[in-house]
This record gives sequence, structure tokens and C-alpha cells, in this order.
Amino acid sequence: MSLSEMGKSLSKASAKKECAEASSSAVARAEPLSEKEMAAIAKRMRRHIITMTGKAGSGHPGGSLSAVEIVATLYFKVLRHKPQDPCWAGRDRFILSKGHAAPVLYATLAECGYLPVDELTTLRELNSRLQGHTDRLSCPGVEMSAGALGQGLSFAIGVALAGRLNSQDYRVYALLGDGECDEGQIWEAAMAAAHFKLDNLTAIVDNNGQQIDGWNRDVMNLEPFADKWRAFGWHVIEADGHHFTQLMAAFDQAKRVKGQPAVIIAHTIKGKGVSFMENNPDFHGKAPNAEQVEIALKELE
Amino acid sequence: MPEVSPREAYGKTLVELGKQNPDIVVLDADLSQSTMTKFFAREFPDRFFDCGIAEQNMVSIAAGLAASGKIPFASTFAVFVPGRNFDQIRMSIAYSRLNVKLVVTHGGVSVGEDGVSHQSIEDLSLICSLPGFTVIVPADAIETAQAVRAAAATEGPFYIRLCRPKMPLLYKEDYRFKLGKAVTMRQGKDATIIALGIMVSPALEAADSLKQKGINCRVLNMSTLKPIDEAAIVKAAGETGAIVTAEDHLQHGGLGSEVAQVVATHHPVPMEFVAVKDTYAKSGSTSELLKRYGLTAEDIEQAVQKAIKKKG
Repeated sequence: MSLSEMGKSLSKASAKKECAEASSSAVARAEPLSEKEMAAIAKRMRRHIITMTGKAGSGHPGGSLSAVEIVATLYFKVLRHKPQDPCWAGRDRFILSKGHAAPVLYATLAECGYLPVDELTTLRELNSRLQGHTDRLSCPGVEMSAGALGQGLSFAIGVALAGRLNSQDYRVYALLGDGECDEGQIWEAAMAAAHFKLDNLTAIVDNNGQQIDGWNRDVMNLEPFADKWRAFGWHVIEADGHHFTQLMAAFDQAKRVKGQPAVIIAHTIKGKGVSFMENNPDFHGKAPNAEQVEIALKELE
Repeated sequence: MPEVSPREAYGKTLVELGKQNPDIVVLDADLSQSTMTKFFAREFPDRFFDCGIAEQNMVSIAAGLAASGKIPFASTFAVFVPGRNFDQIRMSIAYSRLNVKLVVTHGGVSVGEDGVSHQSIEDLSLICSLPGFTVIVPADAIETAQAVRAAAATEGPFYIRLCRPKMPLLYKEDYRFKLGKAVTMRQGKDATIIALGIMVSPALEAADSLKQKGINCRVLNMSTLKPIDEAAIVKAAGETGAIVTAEDHLQHGGLGSEVAQVVATHHPVPMEFVAVKDTYAKSGSTSELLKRYGLTAEDIEQAVQKAIKKKG
């Protein structure tokens, strides 16, 4: 089923009515997309990321490209959501804590039908809904205003606690950067999520190994990373963050964990899919120039 | 005048609000015994979240709760909120325009013996700098209870700053707090004292003492610091020709600065500032510290005389 058909098949009830529903009923999702279709979506998302950051002349392509399969798997396979009704009360929540990866979220939202694809090239322009880092008030489908690192997991705890208090069965997913885990607040949140036994919360770490100043191990060593999460009381799952089947299995496993939160450490490559960006921290926060855009788009044909 | 703890008024009001509205939730950072959120915790354990000594985490969790339709009250000492988590408040509450209520206690040097690490004298400056925040500093326990109710009933980010000591009751139960409106506590035409929080009571004392010397002072309780009641300030400047502000906070960035901006813009008149002057305080009793750092009725009285002299 194509995406536009998927959109049409969604409930046509008014946004207001649906938002008012404290619904716990599952939404019928379209036929599961094949691996091949997912790969095609991922490629389009990568092209969007290159095009939009290239046009903007600034932005963060590296950590956007590394998270493509993670975010695509969530939006096309895992999340219960309605692109035509972004504030639907029963939706699963995706919280992008690494707010500089806004381009990957915008690309996904456009592919799902939250935004027109044409709008992507307004990234970072004055009056654009696509702010340099995510703004929950301007862009439909964005749950949290982010960009100052370290805050998203705590925010996600609040959303997960509210779901529990309201007896709503939505799930909360927070995407963190590995470099972001330098922030002390991440570990405050890690402690709290386990303390509150939030099994409706899944964290995903886009573990691309790099941050602005270089490899994590040289800037600020995070290892033993998985053991840290375990020691804080989390169920840890490791997966290849560019492998759809492994990611799906990881999300399925995370859903089945009871009494504690789960973290998926997704091993990824910064700049994935563009030869000269892969494992190159220079493209953490630098946009490709016109020539680089052309080469990158050729590689992504 | 009987003295009542504003913190206790806060804690008890939270319980009443909790009974009326199941969406009220409360967070604390291991200080529920001091902030008095302990009453709510006892009554509604499922809706109370002790976040431990982790103030950054606490306010971001509060933001997530607010984004999901809850009305979170998050409390700890004023020195830690916003001192410890300014960026979290800026991004997750102010910029995000989320319905979080930060109610902090132990504001100012009146904290006393704990010393500088616990004396919040910069918090109003920091929080007033954030677009969209409503900032309230109540003058007694009755106003505290009503301000807390107003915050619960009004959408948007709120900061309510309470002090540690008990405060004399300045209002009766029939008092009606109005958000954004200064309360005229004394009428007068020679000068105006604009005070908030723990300084309202000495402002009244100063006005009474000055009256005996033939000086009639207007006294305004500016309990809503932001958005400030510009009309009341402009009227006071026009009708009394001199203004003195009084606050248990640094002179920089608090009530004095807010009032001075209005005065300078709309009706310049001589001003004097009773506040902590660009310094840190020390350990000591509340009354010793208020005296040492120039925050007594006597200090206010002298400031009024100085301001009147400058009228020329």
C-alpha cells in the first residue's frame, strides 16, 4: 500500500474529536512494508537530508543520516500514529532528544504525510515551520522543542508517567545521540526511568561513535556503555542501526519488557550512505556545498 | 499581626487543588519536607514524583507531563530553580510554552543561617529574562494560597517565589488576588514604595513611620512581578513624583530593574532601590541579615527621604 493510500485509509473523524478520545484502541495499520520498500524510503529520506541541508547552507547531516533507518522503522513499522491528526491522544510519542538531527525527523514527517515534501527545502529559513532545531509549536508531529542536548529522556519520562496516570496504552520512544550521553541529565533520567519502572518507555541511542570534536573515545569515553545502562536498571538491546530486521526485532523485544525501561543501542555510522560523509565528524554540523550535494545525490540514486 | 508560613499555605493549597482536579501532579527534588509538598505526597502518592536531588531532570519531566495534559507543580529551593536548570526551563518550559508551575521556597537572604549556597538573590533576574513566564512573589500566606490557585487556573509557565520565614498576615481571608495587578496598601502623594514578598511588611512599617513625620507614602504590593502592572507604576510616578523599590534580591534584574524600565519609559521620576547591592551575604539570622544588607523598614524610610530630596 502506498503512503498516500495509507493516509487515506486513516480515520476521517475530525482532529478535535480524535484528540478528545482517550483512545486505547489500536489503529489499523497498513500492510507491513517490505524490506525493499523500507530501503526505498530510507534512500528518499537521505536524499531529502542532503537536499535540505545543502539548500539551507547549514545544519547537521551526519547525525541525521546515521539515524535514518531508526526513525524510518519507528514511523513506518512501529509507531501507532495518524499523520492527518498529529495531536491524536492515542498516538505513540516519538521524542527526538538529539534535536540537531531535525532534518531526519522532517524528512520522515514529510514521507509520512505530516508535511508537504516541497516544504523540506524551507529548512532554517525565516518563517519556516522547519526550525534549525525542532520546535514543537511550529511543526506538526514534533513532540518536543529540542537542540540543547540531554533533556529529551527526562521529557519522555514525563510523557510516559502521564500515560500511566491516564491509563493510556501509548508507548514513548526517545532518540538520543551517543555524544549526548556526555550530559549528566541523561543519567539523572536513566536513574529515574528505572526507579519509576517505566516499561512504556524505550530509549534508542544512535550510537555512531562520533561527536563534533571527533570519536567519542577520544573526546569523552562512554564505555562500557551498555553496562552503564544495565547498571542503571535498564533492559539493554543492541542492534545494527542500519538493519531493518534487526531494528524491528529490537523494538519488538523492547515492547515485551515488563517492569523496567528498555534501551536499544543502535550501532550506526555517522554520515551513512554518503561516502565522503561516513565516519567524518566534519559533517556533524556542516552542510554539503553544491558540488558535494551533487555527488551525494548521485551516490543515493 | 499573626505570622504564618507561606510554605505551609502552599502545601495545603496543593492538597485542595489536588482534590478538585485529578490532573494536578507535583514534583519535588528531595525537599518535600521543606517545600511542604509533603502534604500532597501523603494525600496523593500516585500523583507525586520525588525526583531525588536532580533538578534538571525534575523540570524536564514536568515539561513532559504538561505536554501530556497534566498540570505539574515542581518545587524545590529558589536557589536551585532556576539556578541549577536554567537551560531546561528555557527550552522545555518557556520556549515550549508549557503549562508548568515552578513554586520555589527559600528565596532571598532571609533564608538565614544556611549561607550563600542557599540564599537565592539572582533567581528573579534569571526567571524574568525568560519570555512568557508569569512571576509572582506573594506578600503573605493568604496571598500565597491565592496565587497558587491562580497559577493552577491559568494556562502557561508560572514561577512563584516564597521565602523560608513565617510572614505577618497582611490580608484577610476575603482578599482577592488579581494576577498582574498591584495592590495599593497605603494611599499617599509624596512618594511611592513598591515592594514584593517579605519586603511588603517593612514597607508598610516605613510608611507608617514616615507618616508621623508628615510624609505620606503610597505603598504598592507588586506581587505579580511579571507581567508588571505598568499602569499602577505610571500612575504612582505621576501622582507622587518619587519611587522606591524594595526586594529581598539583588538590585540587578529584579523588581527595581523592572520598575525602573517602566518609569524611564513612561514617566521619569527620582528612584531609589532597596535591595542587595552587588554582593553575596553571609550566614546569620534572618533579622541580622536583613539589617546587614539594608533590607529593613529603616532602610526603606531613608531611601524614601533620599528620593524625595531628589525631586527638587
